[in-house]
Amino acid sequence: MHPIEIITQYWPRLLDGTLLTIKLTLLGALIAGLVSPAFALIRVHASPMAQAPLRLYISFMRGTPILAQLFLIFYGSGQFRPELQELGLWTFFRDPFNCALLAFALNSTAYQTEILRGGILGVPQGEIEAARAVGMSRLLTLRRVVFPHAYRIAWPALGNEVILLMKASALASIVTVFDLMGRTRQIFSRTFDFSVYLWAALIYLCITALFVLLWRQAERRLDLHIDARHKVRNANQPQKDTMT
Amino acid sequence: MSQPDVILKAEDIHKSFGQVEVLKGISLEARNHDVISILGSSGSGKSTFLRCLNFLETPTSGRVTVHGEEVLVRDGKPQNIRHIEEIRARLGMVFQQFNLWSHRTVLENVMEGPVHVKGESKAHARERAEALLDRVGLAERKQMYPSQLSGGQQQRVAIARALAMEPDAILFDEPTSALDPELVGEVLKVMQSLAAEGRTMIVVTHEMGFAREVSSEVVFLHEGRIAEQGAPDEMFANPRTDEFRRFIANAM
Amino acid sequence: MFELFSYGDAGWGDEILRGLAITVQLAIVTLPVGLFLGFLAAFASMSKLAPLRYLGFGYTTVMRGLPEILTLFVVYNGVGLLINAILHWWNPEASPTEFSPFAAGVVALGMVFGAFAGEVLRGAFQSLDQGQVEAGRAIGMTERKVFWRIRLPQLWRFALPGLGNLWINMLKDTALVSVIALDDLMRMTKVAVGVTKQPFTFYLLACMIYWAMCVLSELVLARMEKRANRGIRRAS
Repeated sequence: MHPIEIITQYWPRLLDGTLLTIKLTLLGALIAGLVSPAFALIRVHASPMAQAPLRLYISFMRGTPILAQLFLIFYGSGQFRPELQELGLWTFFRDPFNCALLAFALNSTAYQTEILRGGILGVPQGEIEAARAVGMSRLLTLRRVVFPHAYRIAWPALGNEVILLMKASALASIVTVFDLMGRTRQIFSRTFDFSVYLWAALIYLCITALFVLLWRQAERRLDLHIDARHKVRNANQPQKDTMT
Repeated sequence: MSQPDVILKAEDIHKSFGQVEVLKGISLEARNHDVISILGSSGSGKSTFLRCLNFLETPTSGRVTVHGEEVLVRDGKPQNIRHIEEIRARLGMVFQQFNLWSHRTVLENVMEGPVHVKGESKAHARERAEALLDRVGLAERKQMYPSQLSGGQQQRVAIARALAMEPDAILFDEPTSALDPELVGEVLKVMQSLAAEGRTMIVVTHEMGFAREVSSEVVFLHEGRIAEQGAPDEMFANPRTDEFRRFIANAM
Repeated sequence: MFELFSYGDAGWGDEILRGLAITVQLAIVTLPVGLFLGFLAAFASMSKLAPLRYLGFGYTTVMRGLPEILTLFVVYNGVGLLINAILHWWNPEASPTEFSPFAAGVVALGMVFGAFAGEVLRGAFQSLDQGQVEAGRAIGMTERKVFWRIRLPQLWRFALPGLGNLWINMLKDTALVSVIALDDLMRMTKVAVGVTKQPFTFYLLACMIYWAMCVLSELVLARMEKRANRGIRRAS
């Protein structure tokens, strides 16, 4: 079959898979993004003893293949089927998409925690002291000073992590999720036309490129914000303070 | 043809970086036992000129002759890279930033050239390297790594490294400029003793004392040209150009 | 419970160990291939020739942007097709051959490793102290000598942390070859699961083994870094 025919005939499936890949990646990254700030704070501030379980978790997630983690959740849950059924969780674990999402979120949480920890450690001590000096509470300091600056520092690394997660999401196809990789394998097994892999490669590269572009755009926004504050361009505008 | 005791001869050296012409035709001759100090304010091209002599920079045009062997440069390219490597092996060089090899010990730094460029036996090279380190006063530090030494000590090792090649002449590129003031003396002392034993040296420096007391000839560069040249006593006593007069005044 | 992991007919110990041996072999064979490709990529991307630079840049960018599993399938299926096409063209009578999963694993993982290593090595080359390179030239070393005696030994120091990370990533990526039916640790675990119906136990065991290998690698790498940095003080 001609490479062009492959795409004209199968584009709905590939598009479908692409959207699922994006959904899986963004959801996984988002869940990890919600959990990791708290974990990162523990990694920075808690006593070594209190940190021990968290460090063990991070080390495990970083020291084992994602594929093994995925199998551990998807197939491994079968070993506890009666218990899970009793808890009403079995329907969750029976769905390969849920298992993949859980595995990726758990994995990304470990990486994002470490990245964010680096960001928090990179915030100059003086800025924190200054926040205290104007009478900010601990929580307010975190929200207004520490985290905004830490995210600015960690932003490029976090972007890399999302790309890594996107690449890892292709593993979901192995537990029969029909993401882009899953659709690609499906089409290949029907047509034995190799060009479908090349189309998939092209789509993955496009997703990466698009994401890099958007992430940089967002980074520029963050910089702009910092710039604006430094140049006191905001002085005659009301301070955006609705969140506090 | 050059006389037999002329070791190094540079003729009409030009060097441009892009549109900027840094050297506008410089000629210099070093005879055996000469100690030539090259002075000049920053941007005068003195370091560039020195680096042209052993082709760390390739002159845009001009001619360098070492021991009667001539290196021709055409279109900013040396004609024969092997020849240049031979010439470099015969001209020692001491850098402003020492440039000792950080992954090798002091002793290995000094032995490297004799063993791996000249092909001397390790035993022989080691013996000579130890003698040279003794001479610059660092025999006990031979097993240390460069980062464990002070700047002055590193520069003395670098001098020993240059001497180990038994060079016909040694080029010094601001050898004391990167040193803390209290460490300058120990390096100058070593250089002085080299001059005293009749080594041929070409020294780019800011040390007026050295230029005046030790060198046999002083060259003052200004904006890529030789502005003044002669015996140190004469030059320092009667500066002929405004530039050199101002330069001395600033330096004192 | 423990007889499950015992050695011999009763337990799965020997099967898992055989799988582990394949995994380790795969990683060890891939390493030099990946390093070689990494050096090629680094040299290409630093080349004076623009086409070579684009080639190096293209290789590292594309390979780093693709899912490893996709690369593996492309190599496994694509190279297999290619070999058979060539074989057929050369001798129409020849029976089709299978591209060995092990070889496909080495090539695919090596290509991925090489792309990332290319970036690590390029960065390391660029952080070398140019003055020390000049000092080598100044005593008359040939460019080749400068490379072998000065650049390469120092490169090691700068590149080791990055290459160490890549090694650990590659060790984990070897699990992917189980998908193309190579009897590595992951696949032997799957076989054991199929028979014993104890997926959690066995996948956890596999995870523990990978984890142990990664932790061990980290320990060895830390020692190597210490050795590579001997005599070198860093400000930060």
